[in-house]
Amino acid sequence: MDVLFDIPILGFIFQFLAYLVDAIFTTNLPAQTLQLATPIVLGALCGVLNERSGIVNIGIEGMMLTAAFVGFMAAVVVSDAMPAAEAGIFGFTPALVVGVLAAIGAGMLVSLLHAWLSISVRADQIISGTVINIIALGLTGYLNRLIQPSGSAGTLDPIRPPAALLDLPVLGPVIQMFFTSGPITTSVIIFVIVLQILLFRSRWGLRTRAVGEHPRAADTVGINVIRVRYRNVILGGVFAGLAGAWLTLEFNASFQNGMTANRGFIALAAVIFGRWTPVGAFGGALLFMVWEALGIAIRSDPPPGDLGVFLSGIQATYPSLYNNFFGALPYLLTLIVLAGVVGRSIPPASVGRPYVKEGAT
Amino acid sequence: MTSLRRIWALAAIPVVSILLALLVGSLLISASSLATSPSLNPLLPLIAYESLLQGATGLSFIDVTGGAITFNPSIKPDQAARALTSTVAAASPLVLTGLAVGVGFKAGLFNIGGTGQVLVGGFAAALVGGTVAGQPAPVAVTMAILAGALGGAAYGFIPGFLKAFTGAHEVVSTIMLNSLAAFVIVGLVNDIFKITGPSFARSADVGNAAMPILFGRNGNLGILISLILVVLVYVLIYRTPLGFEIRTVGANPSAARYAGMSPRRLVVLTMSLCGMFAGLAGAFEILSLGYYPAVFGTSIGFSGITVALLGRAHPVGILLAAILLGAMQAGAPSMQITAKVPIEIIDVIQGLILLFLAAESVIRHALRSRTERVTPGEIGTVSRSYGDSTT
Repeated sequence: MDVLFDIPILGFIFQFLAYLVDAIFTTNLPAQTLQLATPIVLGALCGVLNERSGIVNIGIEGMMLTAAFVGFMAAVVVSDAMPAAEAGIFGFTPALVVGVLAAIGAGMLVSLLHAWLSISVRADQIISGTVINIIALGLTGYLNRLIQPSGSAGTLDPIRPPAALLDLPVLGPVIQMFFTSGPITTSVIIFVIVLQILLFRSRWGLRTRAVGEHPRAADTVGINVIRVRYRNVILGGVFAGLAGAWLTLEFNASFQNGMTANRGFIALAAVIFGRWTPVGAFGGALLFMVWEALGIAIRSDPPPGDLGVFLSGIQATYPSLYNNFFGALPYLLTLIVLAGVVGRSIPPASVGRPYVKEGAT
Repeated sequence: MTSLRRIWALAAIPVVSILLALLVGSLLISASSLATSPSLNPLLPLIAYESLLQGATGLSFIDVTGGAITFNPSIKPDQAARALTSTVAAASPLVLTGLAVGVGFKAGLFNIGGTGQVLVGGFAAALVGGTVAGQPAPVAVTMAILAGALGGAAYGFIPGFLKAFTGAHEVVSTIMLNSLAAFVIVGLVNDIFKITGPSFARSADVGNAAMPILFGRNGNLGILISLILVVLVYVLIYRTPLGFEIRTVGANPSAARYAGMSPRRLVVLTMSLCGMFAGLAGAFEILSLGYYPAVFGTSIGFSGITVALLGRAHPVGILLAAILLGAMQAGAPSMQITAKVPIEIIDVIQGLILLFLAAESVIRHALRSRTERVTPGEIGTVSRSYGDSTT
């Protein structure tokens, strides 16, 4: 192996691959990637549900932000009201449970607004998403400044799986990866698998895709296009709400203005990157966030050899460019996919078009 | 009478949207008094809007002493001059970002990339401005402004090219380009173009390339250029063959193709033009500031969307909408000081205006009047093409 490392230029690649393999098996890189990808995956699930049924959603960012704020506020209020509450099952305090539920509720409420504007009012769906982003940023900023919450409800603790599971030979580390962070991160994989199966193997999934591809045909065979779209958009709000809850109740224990920091837009990128499928979006989100996790790993534990010297050199000379490179990468990758450089990504045919029943005005 | 009716048909929905947004905003302001004072103050919205108006125009209509409000219209000339100058200074970049979105609408394009184009334009202007800082002012200013325009145009060209030749929808590609520009420019300023001296990371001073002040404290050259561009855009869109082609491709791309026009060329051209307007807005902002700070957050790119929609994507409408939003921006600080209402309420009100505009069919139904559509018809082309894969 070391012989390979000495080949000029190509050696770099071998060193990087070796480092990557090493990091995957010996560090918490997979767990960290999964954790950072969680809000992106959840946001992307919201996007997939919307766009598969024919509704463009560029308001994921605003939905997440609203949910993060409402969830945090609800949790703080409850934890102030009952400071010494018993931790329930899995160590969830009532405050955190209420907070997560409130975040989901807020996500659903905002997505109801999006559904109403896009489906019933037949407003432009891109404008509706923009409206949601602008109002969410302004309103949460305004209320946060007014209320200036001082307390905190803590964060959701990881669920501890039985030790016997973690000791399994090959599966052990994989299981460990999913249980290192909090319960929202753990549940993400379940949502992805369930939605993937439902979307392509269930009646609901077939109807959703039919409505997104050819609503007129779906209507002809008796599917209620309007109802399917409403249901999907509001269900999408549940996931956007969970992404918000992750921000203020699992990953952080506080709310800052604009703390979604474009995660909603990366989620949109993951939807396109993953070709409008839950598993694809999950893969896209992991690919987007592994660089950030890798950046953290390289900083704390630089790879050996020329690669290490090279990376440390760049890090020392251009610290900000180095860090921002990892931040910019998801957008660059998405642009490349959008441009069709590596395969095309084809959206559902009727996405963005309001449905008007034939004969109705 | 008929012309009055025509104006009402055009302005009814925007005006009603603004009034509704102010009404909902006043509810939020009333609620805010619970956080800052012991009891609910129902008069707070009145005080807040009055100080907003005073900060933006220098006009005052009421006096508040204790709990009593007396009607007392007054105007202090010097204060009014200062306030109005701030209003138009705040409005001029919004005119440009409004055009950056509005002209795109005309061609059936939704340019959400104003934010990124503003950053690239501003950054280009700062770099060139820093290089020519020692040249005579007319040369330096011209070069820096041109750099901003070119930078923005280049950054608008990218999504235009991608749309025309790969089918990548401009809404998604411009959102990606916004974030890309923000990340890359922060890195460049911090690592390469940072100057030693200031306590925070920023580029070199633009020196003689700083925006010339034409009147008052901040009445700069950008105001004049924005006004000229409003006229030029009007002529371009409604009085030239190119404008006709742009409008045709916006209304119906396939009809444009059958008529022998080249939608690809028009898409690239229009997006570059939109980018140029946003780039100019960024250049004016940065050249007024005098340098490019690594942490440069600006909302003028996104406000351009509100401006363009409120102004019905028409140059004159965009001008009026930009003045309204500019007035809110100029008056907001005095509102925050007088009424203790957080400045973010301005963003909420802008968002609400957009919300009511989006729901215009509901408002029209409630008004029971035959008002004209606010949302440009070409927006349909934008949304319909979202699901297209042209290549």
